[in-house]
Amino acid sequence: MATREEIMAKVEALIGPFNNKGVELKDATTFASDLEWDSLTVMDFVAAVEDEFDIIITMNMQAEIETIGQLADAVAKLMDN
Amino acid sequence: MTDLLSKFDPLIQERETLLATGVKDPFSLVMEEVKSPTVAVCNGKETILLGTYNYMGMTFDDDVREAGLTALKEFGSGTTGSRVLNGTYSPHRDCEEALKEFYGMDHAMVFSTGYQANLGIISTLAGKGDYVILDIDSHASIYDGCAMGNAEIVAFRHNDVEALEKRLKRLPEEAGKLVVLEGVYSMLGDVAPLKEMIRVCKENGAMTLVDEAHSMGFIGDNGRGVSEAQGVIDDVDFIIGTFSKSVGTVGGFCVSNHPKFEIMRLVCRPYVFTASLPPSVMATASTSIRKLMHSGNKRAHLWENSKKLHKGLRDLGFELGTPEAQSAIIAVIMPDLERGAMMWQALLAEGLYVNLARPPATPANMTLLRCSLCAEHTSEQVDQILGMFEAAGKAVGAI
Repeated sequence: MATREEIMAKVEALIGPFNNKGVELKDATTFASDLEWDSLTVMDFVAAVEDEFDIIITMNMQAEIETIGQLADAVAKLMDN
Repeated sequence: MTDLLSKFDPLIQERETLLATGVKDPFSLVMEEVKSPTVAVCNGKETILLGTYNYMGMTFDDDVREAGLTALKEFGSGTTGSRVLNGTYSPHRDCEEALKEFYGMDHAMVFSTGYQANLGIISTLAGKGDYVILDIDSHASIYDGCAMGNAEIVAFRHNDVEALEKRLKRLPEEAGKLVVLEGVYSMLGDVAPLKEMIRVCKENGAMTLVDEAHSMGFIGDNGRGVSEAQGVIDDVDFIIGTFSKSVGTVGGFCVSNHPKFEIMRLVCRPYVFTASLPPSVMATASTSIRKLMHSGNKRAHLWENSKKLHKGLRDLGFELGTPEAQSAIIAVIMPDLERGAMMWQALLAEGLYVNLARPPATPANMTLLRCSLCAEHTSEQVDQILGMFEAAGKAVGAI
């Protein structure tokens, strides 16, 4: 079972290639405002996260996730199920 | 008071900026006169139409128009009622019979538009706890059908069989699953690898729905669509289509062999809570559908047109949406909206109408000049079209 820190580290590593502006990554960093991702980037990133953790993040769930911290929590919960 | 329209300010600003450059508004063209499926008068000028969905040119077919006129006289101008109350006339039933004959399927249900067919079927089939798995480039009506229902929505990368399979395998085995695919994706005119995708869906216990809006009448030996052409139509659970493209009128439908399909008429809200189509529309649709069953020569000519235009545009130096002609849609990729609009206007000045498509309708934020061919375009018209593209492309520096 991965700890939240391990999940967070993996999520940050996955953000890397998409973080064109070199934004500092914190729990509260938002995908839309801070990272300024468009819907296409979001799709590619979500696919990468899904493949890394072997989970599905439905579009219904994606609508609720705004920050990196919320994503890590969601991943932890999905891996628990 | 908060102005509820202020959320559209960025779009209003973008339009104003675009129009300030002097281009005509590409989204408010009026056709003053329509001479045939391929020629209209726009701004007083005779214009070749290369941006309609009139793939098989049925809008001016003599039999089709005659059938509409007769039904208009015999049944009146409209039904003023829902299909499940007073809105089912014999032409509605006959149209569903025509669809069953066309597809060789057991059930057919006609909706008032293709948009409503997707909206109704998807939202009704997939309920709470079920999953809809869709291609990320799906049409707005598919997304809206998902939004209207209560299912969990899972998107996968466009036309990526492996991405679809991976996601299906991660979903709970016992959960209801509906995979929604399109035969032809209308923005780039590319075709889905349905053979592999339908197999993967079957292997993973998912039901399948294929929207064949842009392939009906043209693709496949009998014009049944991409699922026919790839030999998997018998494995598809639901096919969605429209009358507003090859059939040449308006309306939508779903056909299926599912033994319980008829119950959909009572539980599908966009079918129940709206007025049925006018009987004249039903008569034109059924006449057109039956003629499309025997239109092999027109299909062959449309393929010739599509291949010729694709090769010609590529040879002129335009960047196209597909490596070869895969459907009747050829998409020319423009560098940005401003140059797209300039090119669109230059083509119109030459006497050619194409569709200007922009985000969010397009994938990957592309600006496209979408050309859709008609079986009634002559080979000479395609030559003329290529000449216009060359002149306009050089005038605006696109080639």
